[in-house]
Amino acid sequence: MTGEFETIQDARSRLANVGYLAGESAALVTYLAGKLGKPVLVEGPAGVGKTELAKAVSRATGRSLIRLQCYEGLDEAKALYEWNYRKQLLRIQTEAAGAGWQDVRDDIFGEEFLLSRPLLTAISTDMPVVLLIDEIDKTDQEFEAMLLEVLSDFQISIPELGVVEARTRPLVLLTSNNSRELTEALKRRCLYLWLDYPSVDRELEIVHLHAPELDEQIARKLVEIVHMVRALDLKKPPSIAESIDWARALLLLGAEDVDQGVLERTMSIIVKHRTDLDLVAERVGVKLGDGLIGQQRQAG
Amino acid sequence: MPEASGPAGMAPRLLEFADELRREGVAVGTSELLDAIHALDAVSWTSREDFQESLAATLAKSQEDRHVLDVLFDRFFFRAVEREAVERGLTETRFRGGADLDLDALRDRIREAIRAGSDGEMRDLARLAIAAFGRQGEGSGVIGVDVQRIRRTLGLKAEKSGGEMLDPDGVPRERLQEFEQHVRRELERQMIERTQSLPPAKPLREFDRALPSNPAQDLSQVHRVVAQLKKRLASHGREHRGRRRSWQVDVRRTMRASLQTGGVPLELKYRPKRPRRPELYVLCDVSTSVTSASVFFLSVLHALHDQFRKLRSFVFVERISEVTDVFERERSFEAVSRRIATDAGVADVSGYTDYGRVWLEFLDKVVDDLDPRSTVIVLGDARTNGREPHAQVFGRVAQGAGRTFWINPEPRLYWNYGDSVMAAYEPHCDGVFECWTTKQLEGFVNAIAELRTAA
Repeated sequence: MTGEFETIQDARSRLANVGYLAGESAALVTYLAGKLGKPVLVEGPAGVGKTELAKAVSRATGRSLIRLQCYEGLDEAKALYEWNYRKQLLRIQTEAAGAGWQDVRDDIFGEEFLLSRPLLTAISTDMPVVLLIDEIDKTDQEFEAMLLEVLSDFQISIPELGVVEARTRPLVLLTSNNSRELTEALKRRCLYLWLDYPSVDRELEIVHLHAPELDEQIARKLVEIVHMVRALDLKKPPSIAESIDWARALLLLGAEDVDQGVLERTMSIIVKHRTDLDLVAERVGVKLGDGLIGQQRQAG
Repeated sequence: MPEASGPAGMAPRLLEFADELRREGVAVGTSELLDAIHALDAVSWTSREDFQESLAATLAKSQEDRHVLDVLFDRFFFRAVEREAVERGLTETRFRGGADLDLDALRDRIREAIRAGSDGEMRDLARLAIAAFGRQGEGSGVIGVDVQRIRRTLGLKAEKSGGEMLDPDGVPRERLQEFEQHVRRELERQMIERTQSLPPAKPLREFDRALPSNPAQDLSQVHRVVAQLKKRLASHGREHRGRRRSWQVDVRRTMRASLQTGGVPLELKYRPKRPRRPELYVLCDVSTSVTSASVFFLSVLHALHDQFRKLRSFVFVERISEVTDVFERERSFEAVSRRIATDAGVADVSGYTDYGRVWLEFLDKVVDDLDPRSTVIVLGDARTNGREPHAQVFGRVAQGAGRTFWINPEPRLYWNYGDSVMAAYEPHCDGVFECWTTKQLEGFVNAIAELRTAA
């Protein structure tokens, strides 16, 4: 089934069908985004599935995904459009003999010579798309200001050509790791969604969805450990994707239980810094050795 | 637009709610209000969660705003319902059987309900508890006091944090707070019924506004702000001066520009110069007069080490000592503070800061390394304990370095009172700031950026 989300429930179930278990607010906001035609600003710590949400929305609605990955120094030429100057030069050279300047000028600033970059592509396609502007906080404020026109009116002004208006309304998701405060102007144009690490139960469902063969007991223990690891002061806390990876790894290894030994052998899947590894081994590994985590499970 | 927004009367209510949000510092614009009204058109009103989430998605644009909105939402719609009740003269038959209640049975049921986290049951039991409590006198009249008195009478206490030892009597802290919230609500409701009027809405207390936090989170906030600081320092605009000769021509952009002149490259475009990596010297006062601030300072230092490679850090009391390698070796913040407390060897005999001596020693250590690219940041209260401040020595440090900033943990009001000699050092600095919270640290980072545009 494709097309717009009809209700909140519809949004949630269709996202679940494509492998994304959306929380209460995530389902509601994606539904509203389609209804109101507004971009969504998704914020939250790294690895909670912000980018994945956009991919899931594109799969669930049957729209194709256009992704603009932001980085420091991203400019209009790479995000919006650029004139294909090589082609323009060739054109000028082939026409140099006969044609007057007037003809050439009218000629070389046409759509034929325009290289469209993600934003222009998203706006000018005939099929509705999902536009993902990833890690918007990595760019500078100037770029944000440039986005405003695209996000509020869904149009792009090209000085030499005029205004390109959207033929269909793209579903826009912007993600941010909150490494920098975004401007008020940008926020005002967006719906806001804060994604956080899921609760133990929800993450268990997620793990179960992606690694269904894993034993229920092991999966629960795994998720509890991941949550304990996240509570430590780490350089990079484990993401949801990493707990899924870990679950799959345990499956491959045929682990019967998550004990201290298994944790120490496989924890490089969820922890990626040397200093973090030591910390996790010290804090979590020892608790596992004492069997404290098992106790908590029975009590909770 | 009001016609489009469901039952009449919703739009004005929403405006009132927006007003209340604005009073609490959430910037709600007209366009956001319109969005909220449209959003409420699209969701069902019967689900309280959907209603609240829709408002949150359209009105609150950060996590802090979201928290304020949640708190206000509860209060606002509670008050709206109560006002309606007062206007229409509705009262509830109050539960009168309080005298016959078995307190022990009630206590057990409440504890169970709190553990199970069932919202409706907790509310009912809150009423029962108030009724049971009522027979022991009508209460103090101050709701906050009554809530705590009821909690104590019921013998409810929160679990010890950490969760290492399971306490059979304890209940989860958040749930207990929920229950207290219910008791508070019910008491307020009874008070409104008695007096037939709504108490005036009070602004939120700082405590309610603040997001629930822990030391690790505070640390991560400092880290976030310092990451901004790095960006600001790195893009500091001193790279353009007097070095045009060594610039490289950017062929692609030059060709592109030449199109406007028919393919003749009249205007040369250059490759942008990458800024050089800043060198940072941070001096941190760890004496007793700044004890409360020094944890904050050390966490700033800790965060700086995460971000900058060319950073040398020093701590001082009477003498100065370089601790760069301590920060580089130790990752955990606790270990760093412990190491500094034991091995830095900065306190001599008295334990009082001696700024003058610190400058002399610092200059001696780094005089050959300071150059105009380096930035010196001092974290300290400038209290010399009556010793010679040696401001001219500090001046030489500042001269050698490109920029010097001073961060003082005391409010500006206290500067230059007593033994504080901030005025002696201030002229040598490019900027002095009062700063003891992450918020002010952000202010410092922004101020640096503004200094740059002014220069």
